[in-house]
Amino acid sequence: MASQHAGQAHHAGGHVVPGYVLVAVFIALLVLTALTVAATWIDLGSGNLLVAIGIATVKAALVALFFMHLRYDHPFYGIVFTVALLFLALFLGLTLVDVRQTFPEVQAAIENPV
Amino acid sequence: MATHSVEVPEQFHQTGEQEHHAGEHPAHLAHHFDSMAQQFAAGKLGMWIFLVTEILFFGGLFCAYAVYRANHPEVFVYAHHFLHKNLGALNTAILIFSSFTMAWAVRAAQLGQQQTLRLCLIITLLCAGAFLGVKYVEYRQKWEHGLLWAGWYHPHVTDAEHHGDAPPKPVSPVTSPTAGKATTSQHTPESTAAATAGERSEYPGEPRLAGVFFSIYFCMTGLHALHVIGGMIAITWLLIRAVQGVFGPEYYGPVDYVGLYWHLVDMIWIYLFPLLYLIH
Amino acid sequence: MVTEVAEPKPIARATPPDYLHDGRGIWSWLFTLDHKRIGVMYLVGILTSLLLGGIFALLIRTHLAIPALVHRPGQTISTGESAAVIVGPSQPTPPGAVSSQDAAAQLTAESEAATAASTVQPTPPRYLLTPKEYNRAFTLHGAIMIFLVIIPGIPAALGNFVLPLMLGAKDVAFPRLNLMSFHLWLIGLVFFLVVLFTGGLDTGWTFYTPYSTTTDTRVTTAVVGAFILGFSSIFTGINFIATIHFLRPRGMSWFRMPLFVWSLYATAIIQVLATPVLGITLLLIALEKNFGLGIFDPKLGGDPVLFQHFFWFYSHPAVYIMILPGMGIISELVSTFSRKHIFGYRFIAFSSVAIAILGFLVWGHHMFTSGQSRLASMIFSALTFSVSIPSAIKVFNWLATMYKGRISLQTPMCYALAFILLFGIGGLTGLFLGALATDVHLHDTYFVVAHFHYVMFGGTLVAFLGGLHYWWPKMTGKMYNDTLGRLGALLIFLGLNLTFFPQFVLGTRGMPRRYFDYSSLLDRHPEFAGLNLMSTAGAYLTAIGLVVAAICLLGSLRWGKKAPPNPWGSASLEWRCPSPPPKENFLSPPIITPAFDPYDLDQVVYDPETQGYWVRQTAVT
Repeated sequence: MASQHAGQAHHAGGHVVPGYVLVAVFIALLVLTALTVAATWIDLGSGNLLVAIGIATVKAALVALFFMHLRYDHPFYGIVFTVALLFLALFLGLTLVDVRQTFPEVQAAIENPV
Repeated sequence: MATHSVEVPEQFHQTGEQEHHAGEHPAHLAHHFDSMAQQFAAGKLGMWIFLVTEILFFGGLFCAYAVYRANHPEVFVYAHHFLHKNLGALNTAILIFSSFTMAWAVRAAQLGQQQTLRLCLIITLLCAGAFLGVKYVEYRQKWEHGLLWAGWYHPHVTDAEHHGDAPPKPVSPVTSPTAGKATTSQHTPESTAAATAGERSEYPGEPRLAGVFFSIYFCMTGLHALHVIGGMIAITWLLIRAVQGVFGPEYYGPVDYVGLYWHLVDMIWIYLFPLLYLIH
Repeated sequence: MVTEVAEPKPIARATPPDYLHDGRGIWSWLFTLDHKRIGVMYLVGILTSLLLGGIFALLIRTHLAIPALVHRPGQTISTGESAAVIVGPSQPTPPGAVSSQDAAAQLTAESEAATAASTVQPTPPRYLLTPKEYNRAFTLHGAIMIFLVIIPGIPAALGNFVLPLMLGAKDVAFPRLNLMSFHLWLIGLVFFLVVLFTGGLDTGWTFYTPYSTTTDTRVTTAVVGAFILGFSSIFTGINFIATIHFLRPRGMSWFRMPLFVWSLYATAIIQVLATPVLGITLLLIALEKNFGLGIFDPKLGGDPVLFQHFFWFYSHPAVYIMILPGMGIISELVSTFSRKHIFGYRFIAFSSVAIAILGFLVWGHHMFTSGQSRLASMIFSALTFSVSIPSAIKVFNWLATMYKGRISLQTPMCYALAFILLFGIGGLTGLFLGALATDVHLHDTYFVVAHFHYVMFGGTLVAFLGGLHYWWPKMTGKMYNDTLGRLGALLIFLGLNLTFFPQFVLGTRGMPRRYFDYSSLLDRHPEFAGLNLMSTAGAYLTAIGLVVAAICLLGSLRWGKKAPPNPWGSASLEWRCPSPPPKENFLSPPIITPAFDPYDLDQVVYDPETQGYWVRQTAVT
C-alpha cells in the first residue's frame, strides 16, 4: 500500500549501520580531504576545478549513503534528495546559459557609458 | 512530535504494522498517527523535504558563485590566497568528525546505549563549537585587513600577512586564462577604474572588483555558520532529552532527524571548502 | 452480493462537541493544534488582507479615473511639461524629500493628499494621490495581494481545513509545524503593516534592483516580512506532502484521492522547491541595501539581471502555487454540480504535476526585455508554450465532465463556470506575452496587467471564493442564501470583465502600466478616457459583488439554516463527517472499501428529511 511504502522500511527500529562502516566512511572522508588539498599542488588547468568538485561529490555521496542512511532506506528518500539536486542543476544551468552570453555586453556597457 | 492525548480509544486505520496491540499506546505516539513506524517515516520524510529546501536555499548562493567565478575567474584566483587554507582544512576535518559522531549517536540511540548517545552528542556539540571558533579567527583576520564584501572592501594587507601557503601570485591582467570573458573588464584605464568603490590597484596584480569574491565568501560561509548555530541549538535540545532518557530503540526519530540536518550542513561545507579555499 | 458498509446517518453515540465549541477563549484558538481552527484563522487573516489590498485597488482605480473625467479634448489641464508624470521605478527619489508622506494617510485624507500634492509637484495635477503615494499604493496592493492573500489563500486556509478531512485523517502530519506556519504568517503580516504605516514601499512587489537598494522606502522591512511569509509557505508545503504520503487511510491509493488533494500535492512540490530561492534572494537584497554586498550592483562587479533570475526562479513557479489549488477546487466543483464522474481523472491529476514541473522551466519569459540574452529568451519563449498543454488538458476535461451532466447552478458552480471562462481568457492572452516578438510590444502595458489579473483574480480568487462557498457549510455548519450567493458571483464576474477587458484594449493600444497620469496621452488616444472609466466602474462593481458575497456568508452565521453533513451531494470523504466536524473529524472511522471513489456520484442519495445527501457506500463482491 502506498501510504506505508516507506514505513515498512523502518519496522522494528530501522536499520542500524554497523560500527565499522561508520569508521570506514569517516576515514575515507579524511583521506579524500587530504587528497583534495593535495590535488591543488598539481596544475591541471581547468581540470583542477573538476577534480575538486569530483572529490567533493564523492565525499558528499559517502555522507549521504552511509551517514544519512540512504543506502539502507526506502529509495523514496533518495529520490527526494535527487530531485532537489536536479532542480538546483536546472536553476544553475539556465541562469549560466544566459549570464555567460550577456556578461561581456554588460561589462562593455558599464565601462563605456553612453 | 511530543506526547499527545493518549485517551484515543481505538485506532481507526491500521496503516502501521502490528507492533502495538490494542490497549497499549506508545508514550511518544502522537494522536493522529497509528503506529510508531508511521510517525517515524512521516517525520523523516518531513525532514528530507526540509533538507530539499535547504539545498535550494544554498543553491542561490552556489548559483551566484558559479556566475561570478565564470565571469571573474581572475578575481577568484587572486582573492582566494587571502583565505587560510590550513584553517579551512582543519575545519573540514572537525566537521567530518562531528558528522561521524552524530551518525554514531543515531546508532547509539537505535541500540539504546544511553551513555554512548550522550557522549556522542557532547562531542558533536564541541566540534561545532570548535568549528565556529576557527571561523571566528578567520573572520577576525579578514575584518582587520579590510578584506570584506564588495561594498566595504578596503584591503590593507602587506605581503607578509597573506595567510595562504604562498604570497599572491601577481596575476598578469592580460594573460588571464579565460581571456575572452575576462579581458573586457581589464581594458579600463586606471583613471576611470579608481573611481568606483570596488576597484583598487594598490596591490600588485590585484584585479578589479576583487571584493566580489569576499561578498560570496561571507555570504556562503556566514549562512553556513548560521546553520551550524541552528544545529547546535537542536543538538543541545537533543542532549537535554537524552539526559532525560527518552530515546531508545522505540523512539529515536528526533536524533535521526537532527542527524540528517547535521550531515547536510557537513555536506555543504564539503563543497564550500574546495570552492572557496582551493581555487587553482 | 451487496454489503452495506456505511450507515446513512451517523450512529447515535455520545457526540463530541464540534471543533468550534471544543475549547473557549482566544488562546484556545491562537495556540490550537487543530488543523480546522488553524485553517479558519488563516481564512480570517487572509480575508482581512484581501480587504486591505482591495482598498488599495479601489484607490488606484479611482485615481486613474480622474484624468479621464477632468480632461477636455484639445485642452491640456496642467502645463505641458509636468502633465505626464511618469513615475516608474526609474524615477530617482529626491533625497530626504517628502518621504514621510505616510502611506496610511492615503486611506483617510483625500484633501490632505491634494494639499500634499500641491507641495510636491510644481504644477500638480489635482488627482486623488500624489505620484509618490500612487507608487506606494500600487506596490502595496501587489505585495499584499500576492504574499498575504493569494499565495497562502487556497492551500493554507481551505487546504488546511479540507485536506485531512478528504483523507479521513484526524489532522495533518505535523500539527505544531502547521501552527508555526500560521504564526509566521501573522508575523509577516505585522511586518507588512509596519511597512504600511512607516513610509510605505514603492518598488513594485518585485523588489527589482537597483531601485530597491537605493530607494528610501521600507524595503528591508518588507523583504524580511516576505522572507518570513516564505517560510510559512514552505512549512505548509512540507506538512502537506508528508500528510498526503502517510495519512491516507488504508485502501485510498494515489488514484482514489480527490483531485484537490492532487493539486495540493503539486502545489506543495513547488512551495518546497521554489520558495527557498526567494528566501535567499530577499536575504541578498537586504544585505545589499544595508551593507553594500554588491552581488546585484554592477559597479561592484555584481549583476542586476542575476537578481531577476533569482527572483523569477521563485516567482514564476509561484504563480502556479497560486493557480494550481484553484484548479483543484474547480475539479471538485465541476464534478459535484454536474452530477457526473470527473472526466479524465488521471489526466487532471498528472497535469497538475506536469504544470508544477514545467513551471520551473519558463521563468525567463519575465525577462525578455530585461537584457536577457537572445538565446535564453528564445529557449524560455519556446518552453513557455509547453505549460499551456497541461492547462488546456484541465479545461477540456472540465468541459467534458459537464457535457451531458445535470448541471445545477448553485453558488459554487457559478464560481466554477466563471473560473473556466476567466481563466480561459487569462491563459490565452498569456500566449501573446509568451511569444517573444509580441511581448516586446506588449511589455509593461496594461495588457500585462489585464492578463495576470484575469489569471490571478479571475482564476485564483474566483476559485477561492467558489471553494469558500462550497466548504462554508462544512466549516460553519450553516447554509447561506443561495440566491444572494449567486448574485454575488454574477456581480463579481461582470465586474471583473468590466475592469480588466478594457485594459487589454488599452494595452494593445500602447497605454503603459504604472503611469500616474495619462492625460497627455488623451489627445492622441481619446479612447483611453472611456476605457479607463469603464475599468474603474468595473472595479467598483467587483467591490459591490464582494460585499454581497461577504453579506451572504457572514449573514448565514446568524440567519443561516443548519447545514446537513453533505449539502451538495459529493461522494468525497470530507462530507461524511458532521458539519461542523468535531475535533478529531470523524465520529466513526471512515473505511475505504474497494468500491470507494470520490467521484462516484451514482452512490449519492438525496435525503429530503435533512435536505442533504448521504453516500450509499457499497462494496460489490
